[in-house]
Amino acid sequence: MNNQQADTAPRRAIDVINAGMDRRKRSEKRFQLLGKLSIALAIGFLAMLLGSIVSKGYGAFQQTYVKLDVHLDAAKIDAENLNKGNYSGVIKEGLRNMFPDVSGRREKRKLYSLVSQSAAYQLQAKVIEEPGLIGQAISIWVPADDEVDVFFKGHINRDIAEEDRRIKDNQIRWIDHFIEQNRIEKRFNTTFFNAGDSRNPESAGIWGAVVGSFYTLLVTLLLSFPVGVASAIYLEEFAPKNKFIDFIEVNINNLAAVPSIIFGLLGLAIFINFFGLPRSASFVGGLVLTLMTLPTIIISSRAALKSVPPSIKQAALGVGASPMQAIFYHVLPLAMPGILTGTILGMAQALGESAPLLMIGMVAFIVDIPAGIFDPSTVLPVQIFLWADSPERAFLERTSGAIMVLLGFLVLMNMVAVILRKQFERRW
Amino acid sequence: MNVEQETGQKEMELNPAQTKEAMDLQSKTPKVDRENRETVGDVRVDDPRMRCTDINVHYGDKHAIKGLNLDVGKKEILSMIGPSGCGKSTFLRCLNRMNDTIDSCRVTGTIEMDGVDINGKSIDVVPLRASVGMVFQKPNPFPKSIRENILFGPRIHGLATDKDDLEEIVVNSLKKAGLWDEVKDRLDQPGTGLSGGQQQRLCIARTIAVEPEIILMDEPCSALDPISTAAIEELMLELSESYSICIVTHSMQQAARVSNRTAYFHLGDLIEVGTTDQVFNAPLHQLTEDYITGRFG
Amino acid sequence: MQIDILFITLMLLSSAAFFIGRQRASKIVQGQIQSLHSLPSFYGFFAAIWSGLPAILLLAAWVVFEPAIITNIVIANLPEHITSLGQSHVNLVVNDIHNLTLGNLTATEPSAEIIAAADQYKSLQATSHMLLTIFSLLLVFGFGLVSVRKIHPQLRARNVVEQVIKVFLFLCACIAILSTLGIVMSVLFESIRFFKMIPIDDFLFGLTWSPQTAMREDQVGSSGAFGAIPLFTGTLLISFIAMMVAVPVGLMSAIYLSEYASTKVRGIAKPLLEVLAGIPTVVYGFFAALTVAPLLRGAGISLGLDIASESALAAGLVMGIMIIPLVSSLSDDVINAVPQAMRDGAYGLGATKSETIRKVIFPAALPGIVGGILLAVSRALGETMIVVMAAGLAANLTANPLDAVTTVTVQIVTLLTGDQEFDSAKTLAAFALGLVLFVITLLLNVIALRVVRKYREQYE
Repeated sequence: MNNQQADTAPRRAIDVINAGMDRRKRSEKRFQLLGKLSIALAIGFLAMLLGSIVSKGYGAFQQTYVKLDVHLDAAKIDAENLNKGNYSGVIKEGLRNMFPDVSGRREKRKLYSLVSQSAAYQLQAKVIEEPGLIGQAISIWVPADDEVDVFFKGHINRDIAEEDRRIKDNQIRWIDHFIEQNRIEKRFNTTFFNAGDSRNPESAGIWGAVVGSFYTLLVTLLLSFPVGVASAIYLEEFAPKNKFIDFIEVNINNLAAVPSIIFGLLGLAIFINFFGLPRSASFVGGLVLTLMTLPTIIISSRAALKSVPPSIKQAALGVGASPMQAIFYHVLPLAMPGILTGTILGMAQALGESAPLLMIGMVAFIVDIPAGIFDPSTVLPVQIFLWADSPERAFLERTSGAIMVLLGFLVLMNMVAVILRKQFERRW
Repeated sequence: MNVEQETGQKEMELNPAQTKEAMDLQSKTPKVDRENRETVGDVRVDDPRMRCTDINVHYGDKHAIKGLNLDVGKKEILSMIGPSGCGKSTFLRCLNRMNDTIDSCRVTGTIEMDGVDINGKSIDVVPLRASVGMVFQKPNPFPKSIRENILFGPRIHGLATDKDDLEEIVVNSLKKAGLWDEVKDRLDQPGTGLSGGQQQRLCIARTIAVEPEIILMDEPCSALDPISTAAIEELMLELSESYSICIVTHSMQQAARVSNRTAYFHLGDLIEVGTTDQVFNAPLHQLTEDYITGRFG
Repeated sequence: MQIDILFITLMLLSSAAFFIGRQRASKIVQGQIQSLHSLPSFYGFFAAIWSGLPAILLLAAWVVFEPAIITNIVIANLPEHITSLGQSHVNLVVNDIHNLTLGNLTATEPSAEIIAAADQYKSLQATSHMLLTIFSLLLVFGFGLVSVRKIHPQLRARNVVEQVIKVFLFLCACIAILSTLGIVMSVLFESIRFFKMIPIDDFLFGLTWSPQTAMREDQVGSSGAFGAIPLFTGTLLISFIAMMVAVPVGLMSAIYLSEYASTKVRGIAKPLLEVLAGIPTVVYGFFAALTVAPLLRGAGISLGLDIASESALAAGLVMGIMIIPLVSSLSDDVINAVPQAMRDGAYGLGATKSETIRKVIFPAALPGIVGGILLAVSRALGETMIVVMAAGLAANLTANPLDAVTTVTVQIVTLLTGDQEFDSAKTLAAFALGLVLFVITLLLNVIALRVVRKYREQYE
C-alpha cells in the first residue's frame, strides 16, 4: 500500500498517516481502557456495596441463645397472678447459681447482663402456657444479650485491651464456661422477622416496619393506580390540544424530577397541619408516596397506551362502540401489561423511599405492630435509617439484615415486572 | 504481482478481439442464459488499482455476495448497477472495509490494493480508509462549520499542523469539489446549513482533503435534485483525472454518462462486466439485458 | 353515625340504585333491550351515579371543612385570658383540646376551661355528624328516586355516564397540577411567615447558620442565626464531588457500552447498572456512613491527612455512585440518537473509533449530554438520605472536601424531625430552605428538559 510509484508525485499523505498510526493506536487503546475502567468501576462499586452489606448483615439472621437452669419458685411467681411474677428474679437466680463465686453489686450486674432483658418475658410466656411448671426446676434457652451475641459471633477480638472492649474479661470467662457446657448456641433469629422495633437489638425485629411498609404501599397503590391510569387515559385518548393540557403535561414532567423531600414538606404542611391527619400514619405516608409515584405511573401508562396500534381502536369504533367503550374494552386490556409493569416499578421506587416519610413523623420509635392505616407506623427504609443511627454493634448487623430483606423485596418486584414484560411483550 | 500482471496482459490481448466479436454477433448470438450466474465479460484490467478475488460476504445467515472477482483500474470510473439488494453497496463497502462496523458481517476473499491484501491481519483500516475515501448516499456533513468539516480528516491524520497549510487544504479541496465560489464567504457557518447538493459536494471535498487514491461513492446523487446531480457528475469526471472512482448508482443514465466501465450485479452475483458502451449497447447476459431494458429493477 | 360507616352505607345505597335502575330499564321495555337507547347496565350506572355522587361529594366537603369550622367556633368561645396570650399559645391550647377529644394524653394537666372546650368540641362534632348523616341520606334517596323515575327508553344513559367518566378522568389528570400547587403553597406560605421573622437577605446571604432551640422566649440569642450560605456551599460541594464521580464514570460507561461493548457484555453490564439505580438511597446512606467514611478516614490517617468522619468526600463519593446510572442512561439515549451517518462519515475518512467518538459523536451529542447532566445535578442537590446519614450537621463554610459540611436537605430533615411548634423561626426555616431547593431544582429541570427535547428534535 505504501510502495512508491514512479509516475506519481511522492505519496505524502499516506506516509504521514502511517507515521502517526502508532500514536493513534495507543490513544485508541487508552480511550477504550478508560471505558472499560468506568464500567469496571461502576460494577465494582455495586459489588463493594452489596458485599459490605452481606458481610455485615448475614449474622442478623442468627441469634445467640444460652441455656439456663432456673427454679420456678412459687414464692416469686404467684400461680394466681401470673402476669405479676418476678420472672427476672428467677432468671437472675439461675445465673447466680451457675456462677456462685460472683459477688459484689457491679460483678453481679455484669453477670445479669449476659442474657437479654427479654429473657424474663420469654420465661413468663412459657409459664403462662404451662402453669404446672411452677415450683419445678427447668432448663430454658433464652436469648443472650446483644454484646454477648456479637462476641459469640466472633466480631469482638479477645486480644484487644480490656478497656477498649465492650465485653470484659470476666464476662468472657463466663461465656467460655457456657461454651464448655454446651449451653450457648446460635439459632435462626425468628425475633428479627416477627417482632417490632426495640431498644434492645436482640429483641428488635422488622415485622412492624414490614407491616407499615405494606399498609403504606397499599394506600399508595389503591390511590395512585386508578388515578394514574385515569390521567393517562385522559391525556392520551381524550385530551384536546390546548394550553391547559400542555400545562398539565409540563407539571407531570416536572413533578417526576422534584426532590422527594419536597413532597415530605407538602405532606407536613397540607396533610398534617392543614387537614389535621394523624402524624406517623401509613395513610399520610401513602398519600405522599402517591403524589410521588403518580408521574411515574402516568408516564409509563401513556407509553403503554400509545403502543397499542390505532387500528384496534378503529376496529372497535367501526362496529359501533363508543370511544369510551373502545378504550375500556379493547385498548386498555391490551395496554394493561405495560401499565402494570410501570406500576410495579413505581411501587418498588415507593418502597425504597424514606426522605419524605421522615417529614411526616414516620421516623418515630414505634414498638407496636400497626393494625391499620391510621396507626402510627414506620416503614422498612426508615427503620433502616433509625437502626443505622444506633451505636450498638448488634444494630449494625440488624441494619444490614434489614437492608437485605428490603433489597430482597425490591428484587422480587423487579423480577415480576421483568417477567410481566417478557410474557406479554408484543410487537405489532 | 508479476503473475497477476501477466494474466492481466493476456486478458488484455484477448480483450479487443472478444469485444469486437461480441459487437459483431450482438443481435445474432443468443445471450447467456438467465440461470447461468458465471460472470461474463472481463473482470480484470491491466495494471489494476484494486483487485478483488473470490469475495464472499455474509450478513448473519444471508449470503450477500457470492464468489466475486473484479478489478478497479487506475483513473477510471467504474459504475456498479443492479436491482436493490443485489450486493453492489455491500461490495463497495468491502473496498474500504466499512463493513467492519457491522457486527454480523463477514467478508472472505482477497482484495489487493497495489498488491497488498487489505483484509490482511497486519493492515490497519485507518490508512486504508484514508486512501480509499467514501461518499455516502445521504449527504452527512458533521454538525460543524464548513471549514471544520474539511479539516476533520487532515487534523485527525496529522496531515498539516501549520495554520496556512490547513487553510490551503480547505481552499484546494473546496475548489476541487467545485464548491469554493459558493461558500468562500461563509466557511465558519455550519455545514448542515448548505443545500443538499452543496452538502454532498462538501462531503466530497472532505474526502478529497485527505488525499485519497480511490473514491467510493454510494448512490451519491439519489437524494439530490437534477441540477445538483449534474454538478456532481461533472465533478466526478474532473476527479477521475487524478483518482479512481467507484460509483454505485440506481440511475442507468448516470452510469452511462459518467463511467468508463460498468458492472452489473444480480442477487449477490456479479453478472456482467464490460466497458460502459458494451454493457449498455450489447449486453452479453440475458439478465443484464432484462435490467437495462427495464424488465425489472 | 361514624364517617366510615356512613360512607359504606352511601356506597351500598348507591349500588342498590344500580340494580334498581337496571331492572327498571329492562322492565319498561318488557325485556326488549334493543328498544332501549343504551344497555340496561348503563341505566343502572346512571341511577347509581345520580344517587351516590352528590352525597359522596357532600361527605367529602364536610370531612375537609368540619374540623376547621368546629375549631374556630371553639376558639371563639375560649375565655379572654387564653386568647389574649397570642397565636402560638392558642395553637398549643387547640392541640391540647384535639388530644383530649381523641382521648390522648396531653402535654400538661388540662385546666377546667380546656376540658370544657374539649367537651364543646365533642358535642359540636356529634351534632355535625348527625347533620351530615341526615343530609347525605336525604340526598341519596332524593336524587336516587328522581333518577330512577327519569329512566325511559329514550334516555341517553350511556352518554350521561360516559360524560361523568370523562369528567372523572379529567379531574384525575388535574391532580398533577394540584400537587404542584400544593407544593408551591406549602413551601411558599410558610416561607413568607419565615421571612417576616428573618429578613430574606439575611437568609440568602448570611454566613452563619445556627438555628438554636430557644428554651424560653427571653433567652439570649433565641432567634439563632439563619444565614444559609454555608448550607448552599455545603450542598454545592457535595454535589460537585458527586458529579466529579458520576459524570466521567457514567459518560464513559455509556460510551463504552454503546460504541465498543459486544452484545454479550452489554447484556450483562446494562442490567447491573440498572441495579445500581434501583438501590434505595437509605442503603447508599448506610454504605456511605458505615463503610466508605471509615475507609476514607483510615486511608487519611495512613496518609497523614485529617479526614472528618462525616466528610463531604464520603457523602459526595457515594452520591456520585448513586448518580452514575442516571448519567449513563441519559447519555446512552443521547449518544444513540446521533445518526449512524455521522459515524459512517468519520469512519469513511479513516477516523479511529475513539476519534469518531471524541470529535464527532461527543460534540454532536453535547447539548443532550449537558441536559442530562443538569438533571443529574438537580437530583444531587435534592438527594436527602445519603447526606442525612453521612454528612454532618455543623454548618461549616469551607471548600475542603475532607471537612464535614451540612446541606440544605440535611437541615430540612433536622429541623422538622422531632416535635417542634409550628411557628418558631427554626421550623419555618425548613420551609424556606425547601422553597430555595424547589425553585432551583425546578429551574434546572425545566432547562434540562428543554435542552434535551431541542436536541432530540434536531435529529428527528
